[in-house]
Amino acid sequence: MINLALDIGKTASPEAALFYFLAPLSVLAGLGMLIAKKAVHSALLLAWIMISLAIFYIAQDALFLGIVQIVVYTGAVMMLFLFILMLVGVDTSDSFVETIRGLRPIAITAAIGFGGLLTTLIGRATFNRPITGLASANSNGNANGLAEELFTKYVFAFEVVSALLITAALGAMVLAHSQKTRSPFAQRDLSIARFRKDKLKDAAGLPGSGVYALHNAVDVPALLPTGKAAPTSISAVLEARGDMIESSKFELHQEEEEK
Amino acid sequence: MAIANYLYLSAILFTIGAIGVVVRRNAIVVFMCIELMLNAANLAFVTFARINGNLQGQVVAFFTMVVAACEVVVGLAIIVTIYRSRRSASVDDASLLKR
Amino acid sequence: MQTSANLVWLIALPLFSSAILLLIGKRANSWGHVMATIVSASAFTIGVVEFFAMQSRTGENRAVTQNLFTWISVGSFNVNASLLLDQLSICFVLLITGVGTLIHIYSIAYMSHDLDRRRFFAYLNLFIAAMLLLVLGDSYLNLYVGWEGVGLASYLLIGFWNQKPAYATAAKKAFVANRVGDVGLSLAIMIAFATFGDVSFAGIKEHAEHASSTQLTAIGLMLLLAACGKSAQFPLQSWLGDAMAGPTPVSALIHAATMVTAGVYLITRSNFIFDQAPIAQLMVLIVGGVTLLFGAIIGTAKDDIKKALAASTMSQIGYMILATGLGPIGYAFAIMHLLTHGFFKASMFLGAGSVMHGMKDEVNMRKYGGIGKFMPITALTFGLGYLAIIGVPPFAGFYSKDKIIETAFNAGGIKGVALGVATLLGAMITAFYMTRVVILTFFGNERWGHKDEPHESSALMLIPIGLLSIGSIASGFMLSKGQGLVNWLEPVVNPLKDHHEEFLPATVISIMTLAVVAIGIFVAVSKYRGDQLAQAPEKVSVLTRAARRDLFQDDFNETVFMRPGQSVVKNILNIDYLVIDGLVRAVGSVSLTAGSRLRSLQNGYVRSYALLMFIGALSLIAAIWVVTA
Repeated sequence: MINLALDIGKTASPEAALFYFLAPLSVLAGLGMLIAKKAVHSALLLAWIMISLAIFYIAQDALFLGIVQIVVYTGAVMMLFLFILMLVGVDTSDSFVETIRGLRPIAITAAIGFGGLLTTLIGRATFNRPITGLASANSNGNANGLAEELFTKYVFAFEVVSALLITAALGAMVLAHSQKTRSPFAQRDLSIARFRKDKLKDAAGLPGSGVYALHNAVDVPALLPTGKAAPTSISAVLEARGDMIESSKFELHQEEEEK
Repeated sequence: MAIANYLYLSAILFTIGAIGVVVRRNAIVVFMCIELMLNAANLAFVTFARINGNLQGQVVAFFTMVVAACEVVVGLAIIVTIYRSRRSASVDDASLLKR
Repeated sequence: MQTSANLVWLIALPLFSSAILLLIGKRANSWGHVMATIVSASAFTIGVVEFFAMQSRTGENRAVTQNLFTWISVGSFNVNASLLLDQLSICFVLLITGVGTLIHIYSIAYMSHDLDRRRFFAYLNLFIAAMLLLVLGDSYLNLYVGWEGVGLASYLLIGFWNQKPAYATAAKKAFVANRVGDVGLSLAIMIAFATFGDVSFAGIKEHAEHASSTQLTAIGLMLLLAACGKSAQFPLQSWLGDAMAGPTPVSALIHAATMVTAGVYLITRSNFIFDQAPIAQLMVLIVGGVTLLFGAIIGTAKDDIKKALAASTMSQIGYMILATGLGPIGYAFAIMHLLTHGFFKASMFLGAGSVMHGMKDEVNMRKYGGIGKFMPITALTFGLGYLAIIGVPPFAGFYSKDKIIETAFNAGGIKGVALGVATLLGAMITAFYMTRVVILTFFGNERWGHKDEPHESSALMLIPIGLLSIGSIASGFMLSKGQGLVNWLEPVVNPLKDHHEEFLPATVISIMTLAVVAIGIFVAVSKYRGDQLAQAPEKVSVLTRAARRDLFQDDFNETVFMRPGQSVVKNILNIDYLVIDGLVRAVGSVSLTAGSRLRSLQNGYVRSYALLMFIGALSLIAAIWVVTA
């Protein structure tokens, strides 16, 4: 069990250094995400924030969660975002002219107020228990500890969330599925297409391939009344490949019968 | 370093996400800002788990992640559908309820 | 106190008759006037019967009451709808019903061409009922009901021909001026209740000595205000001249004989209050004195015969009011003059109506002249009334007016001399303008403007005038013979209580009065004899111009009360519209504005909704923090 987090309360360098290095970067990344013109840049900056958050989780003894953050969030969710961006238009850039009157100033004021409020509240909060850290909770390992909680106390929520996952997947499929009400190659369409050709030679359809007593012949052409093979009765690919079988192979030889 | 620094960071990231939701017009970027807000909340939970000495905060963060993933899936599917029919990914264009 | 069951019929009969005539409508057009006259005559008969019954009783038993029902019983305030017929009331009952019946008869002929004659008689009966209620009520509140009733009847009758807007306005003016007086009566009743806890005459009379003089003075002044309104005394006299817009019988009945005397009745009935409130009595004297001169001066400049007679009425009632302020004996003389005045003024008004009838409803005396030749009976009866009013012996006015002048002088001191001189001056001016009326109307050159000779009126019109003239001749003598009226009224007003010293012997005063009357007649004859012009002269003295404009009373009322009142109303309307309605409208407009502002939040953009949600979350966290901190 690796205990990366240091004892709380001590202003020790590793965790502090980590924090003081990554946190401003994250904040800058966040701001950059706000003002990036291209959506892809925003997505990449968000990915950076998520990775730094994963590092924070690991630094705070949430090992499982940190790895899951990288795998699920950065790996799956952000990739999903990028896929959709590509679908929607990766080159499109937002214009920054605000159409709704007064939205930006009010939003920024509200946000500053909100941030100030939260910061004040956090500053005034007191923890009425001594801060112990996760040393004892992680005694069997973080994954084990998490599993203990998850499958005993929160098992019902776990089941519900799994149902949610399934539903989400189904929902996505339903939403993204564009169902065609009929196949593009229905019989009627084919018939109409045949009749609309220049020549009505094949209006009734191509001849079928030859069928002989001992051979079920997709690769044997049918015989025309002249005795020659009809090249249009089998797929042109077979002929090009040299897989076409001569129909003469299946002729009936009387001499052999008299022997 | 006080443990509360993580909470401050969480608050700041949350605020940035909130501004982004309101200010940006591209639906996908708005979604990404929502994701940022969720992640900020997750950070706060993990910090609280560490403060309280049990793993309940982490369990909640776990569930949050799952739900956020589902939400991203469905939300992006909706965005794609809308984009297919309207050819625009701007949230301002979905203003049919306007007076 | 004895009770009688007849009193209610005095009021009920005319009241029901009026109701029937108004409700039945046009179907009663053929017989309505006859029924009304019969009803009025039966009321007179009841009055006469009661009078003789009263005469046969003695002393305290003379007054009778009749309790109809308990009207108001609220806490300590108890008022019964009761009627009281005592010596004072019976005088008025006989006057009202007697003169009223004669005027009913007169009106049958006078209004014969009018399509609304039935309605006229309905209103006349209504007036009789209300006036009788006024004089028969046994408490101030019952009197008030009658008071308002006569005000209503007066309004209806003045504005009878309301097709002419000027007449309708005159009716309104009369009503409004009366209303100002009515406020006085209401306040008097309220103060009386607050002081005595009772508003009946008997109740207040009993406790009058125990009230403080301020309370009594207050009640007295309010009663005086009421009397000024109803009796057209200064300062509420401006409506009487315009009230002549009504038909002449109305002017005769209401504005000469009866309604305008209600103020005198009120003050006489309240003698127990006025006798204890010298300041109120002084105000009564001042009002009476001012009005008698006021009316006399106005009367000299009026060319409309009815307006001249109205000004004369105003002046004569001034005499009566002045008499009521002269103490206990004054009340008796006031009532005497009231009764005699009722006869001769009514007869003169009816005579004027007869002249108008003959002169095609012309009222301008400048267009009269020399009518005496063609309407002898009218001229004779009018002449008798004229002699009565100016106080020539042995006609009625001599007795009553002289007594007032005498009592005025006897009031003593500067007050007595001032009042006496004022009354003498009034007598002189009265003689002057009444002679002017007689000369301009019946004598001199004919200025009619047309050739048709006026013919004498029908018998139905002349008989009532004749009967009233008998009163002009004889009533004064009859009432003062052997101190008849004074003794009759003794239980009510106690006239012989105070005894004043004689200022001058009575005969001297009578000679002085006759002298000033002769001067007045002389001046009038010398000015108006010979041929007159058909138009009023333009170049006249300042006093004449002022008198033509009613001594500027209307202008004063308009400037001081009406226009400020109208601007106050306009401002209040504005405030009502802008402030109060504005508040109400503001509620609506605030909602509308708030709604339209809020509506702009719903712009359909997801981002602004997201921002609102964000702000909401922010407020929520802040609120929770504030609450839990």
